[in-house]
Amino acid sequence: MVDNFCKFSSQIMKIFTLNVNGKQHSISVEADAPLLWVLRDELGYTGTKFGCGRGLCGACTVHLDGEATRSCMTTVEFAEDSEITTIEGLSEDGTHPVQQAWFEEDVPQCGYCQSGQIMTAVSFLNRNPNPTEADIDSAMKMNICRCGTYPSIRKAINRAADKQLSADE
Amino acid sequence: MNNIMDRRDFIRVVSTTGSGLVLGLYLPYTNKLNGKTKAATIFEPNVWIKVHPDNSVLIMVGKSEMGQGVLTSLPMIIAEEMDLDWSTVKVQQAPADKDKYGSQMTGGSRSIASSWKQLRKAGATAREMMISAAAKEWGVPAGDCTTKASHVIHNMSNRKMSYGSLTEKASQVPIPRRVSLKNPKQFSIIGKNIKRKDTQPKLNGKAQFSMDVQLEGMVYATVVRSPVFGGQLKSFDEASISDIQGVIKIFKIENGLAIVARSIWVAIKAGKRLKITWDKGENDALDSNKIKALLVEKSKKQGAIARKKGNVKKAIKSSDNQVEAVYESPFQAHATMEPMNCTADVQKNKCRIWAATQAPARAQKKAAKITGLPIKKVELNVTYLGGGFGRRSINDFVYDAVEISKVMEKPVKMVWTREEDMQHDYYRPASLHVMKGAIDNENHLTAWTHRVVAPSILFSQLVKMPFPFKEKLDIISVEGAKNIRYDIPNILVDYRMANTPVPVGWWRSVYDSQNAFANECFMDELAEAAGKDPLQFRLELLPKSSRERNVLTLLAEKAGWETFNSGPYYQGLSFHKSFGTYVAQVARVTVKDNTIKVGEIHCAVDCGTVINPSIVDAQISGAIIYGLSAALKSKITVSNGRIDQSNFDDFDVLRMDETPKIHVHLIESDAAPSGVGEPGLPPAAPAVANAVYAATGKRIRRLPITIQDII
Repeated sequence: MVDNFCKFSSQIMKIFTLNVNGKQHSISVEADAPLLWVLRDELGYTGTKFGCGRGLCGACTVHLDGEATRSCMTTVEFAEDSEITTIEGLSEDGTHPVQQAWFEEDVPQCGYCQSGQIMTAVSFLNRNPNPTEADIDSAMKMNICRCGTYPSIRKAINRAADKQLSADE
Repeated sequence: MNNIMDRRDFIRVVSTTGSGLVLGLYLPYTNKLNGKTKAATIFEPNVWIKVHPDNSVLIMVGKSEMGQGVLTSLPMIIAEEMDLDWSTVKVQQAPADKDKYGSQMTGGSRSIASSWKQLRKAGATAREMMISAAAKEWGVPAGDCTTKASHVIHNMSNRKMSYGSLTEKASQVPIPRRVSLKNPKQFSIIGKNIKRKDTQPKLNGKAQFSMDVQLEGMVYATVVRSPVFGGQLKSFDEASISDIQGVIKIFKIENGLAIVARSIWVAIKAGKRLKITWDKGENDALDSNKIKALLVEKSKKQGAIARKKGNVKKAIKSSDNQVEAVYESPFQAHATMEPMNCTADVQKNKCRIWAATQAPARAQKKAAKITGLPIKKVELNVTYLGGGFGRRSINDFVYDAVEISKVMEKPVKMVWTREEDMQHDYYRPASLHVMKGAIDNENHLTAWTHRVVAPSILFSQLVKMPFPFKEKLDIISVEGAKNIRYDIPNILVDYRMANTPVPVGWWRSVYDSQNAFANECFMDELAEAAGKDPLQFRLELLPKSSRERNVLTLLAEKAGWETFNSGPYYQGLSFHKSFGTYVAQVARVTVKDNTIKVGEIHCAVDCGTVINPSIVDAQISGAIIYGLSAALKSKITVSNGRIDQSNFDDFDVLRMDETPKIHVHLIESDAAPSGVGEPGLPPAAPAVANAVYAATGKRIRRLPITIQDII
């Protein structure tokens, strides 16, 4: 009986208020709907990508209160009280230092995983502005790129970190 | 089901065009309509080029951008010959239109090679017409004018005019029959590290993949296919998902069962939970052991001869230094980052499609067949492809979307789950390679045989009709085997077809990946038997001043092959030519604590004229990384007629922490450009396998390389 109720309750539509890139959105979806699909299909933030649906590839990475989070594994209910940032909200015109470093290194090939790569890198660099190569590897290893842009991503992260350091000095 | 209207309020309809129409007067092909119509304000000397009065130039790209950089590198060729100011060049992916753009099939590393002459001529023609228009305007001989940065210049009178100001006049100039092309020494765009045109939109979320297309009134769908290959839908129990709100319709389509819902999430959830009964058909008992047994069985007899030189039998018989080995490669999935998906809007009189496809014309043709519309009424927009690697040259996912939209009479976005994508791929074929070699008393390699045993892509998937020949030679499956570059006096290469129910297709570098693995590992075995260094052994078999030899020599020099001595690292070497490009690699590997780590790869490349060195570097590095995934990590196996793997947990691929330092060294060349998307891949696995041998003394004859094979 309890089981049935839970199963049912996750299916009913509820109104949620999401704070995405500083804007409030009220939407009516199921409580178990993953944030990924709500962002993409209900709110039109299609920069966040669907890759695996199980938190294995990192293509769907967004920030919840600044922390890199897999939006395919995060329910809309869970995200309701957080400040959500997607790639579209990282900067107004693509000028975030990490985006710029990506631009300078001409990182993307197909580009599909890059929103997730950038969101992971930004959150990581905020925590660790002066990373070693090993730090970069361990922070980025859960984000898959099938085109093999890893060497360029490494360079871009180092470039962004160097800039950040010189700005701090 | 009753919430569709509600959610419309929340949808922000994003751009609906993967490749929109260009505003302005359109003249087909050329200015042939001279004198019959008002002169165009946009100068369009051919289908690729549109010069606007503001002096910007739009260049259409007829090959699909899947990460390999064609949106940048193809326009660079036109811009070079036309002397364009690159900063004012805009690029656009062309929609499917075979009559207009010619073959838009994107694959086989052919985009640059097949467009090179045509696009140079297109650019040079436009430039000459600009000069004629300006010369006439100034009343000076055309021969006295030059061009630079989208301007015609008359040095003697110190005058210049922008291309943009000449669009009307240039449109009235007759098209020159012959144009002269630049001497490569004059190149100022080709050969430069120019930034890609598609970088910015891929950093801010604006790049539109087919997954991102949003249409007014759209519904969402997913497709569930029979997990067993060849299985058929028997029934499904709608009651099993009666608690899921938002499912609109469930119905059979050609490839499986379509679940249409008010959101992708609901469709996916319903698809996973729906009780479906399949008639498993006859492949239920198929597994990897049976496939292996089939390959082994087939390998026992000689197949169709792909290459015969000299007398192998005699050479082997007369040698008392013979080597034999069997190499093995598994099936591989493409696992593009963007799972297969497509958006289609089938209406009574027309059909619009947004697809990430490598084969737009074929998709358009089949969509016309499904909808019953003439081809001209099927608009197929090619969006950015979230990875291709050959997978998107087969359009099954496009047909799913078209079929579903036709039934729904609405725009439909159809998305496969990762699991469907991985379990319903067209896989790189599994293969077996039986190798024999003989060395004479003077330690020269005198005989080489290579029997390729593998499913045929050509005859099992693409040619569906029953084939009248029993052992027809699939020439693609012996690519890289039949044309082995070494000058060996006696060679025999044959092919045994071993088809299975597992669908097979083009996987980055196709059969060159398996054949190079067998070739180049076996070359090292032979070098050892001849008591020679792997590099010297190869060089002795390559003609002096050949491109093969040059690329190996450059590699040895850049990598420091002969002087290398670095503690726990061991090195291995390989060379392979594919898609017209010569590639040699040195891999450096450590084996410790039950881990194989590739620390560094040096790669020398001769791909003829280099259009954009940084794109070539990225393609070669990317192909090496893709190849390392297959060499060290991923494989596809079969149990009970279905694929065992389903997502990135059991089909694991190379990660950043496993990626070696890669150094790409390019040969300077004026030769015509050849492919770069695939040729970096085949040498990766054998270079690593040869390095693992150097480190451990264990020959690697099976991929992926596992620690169990070494200890």
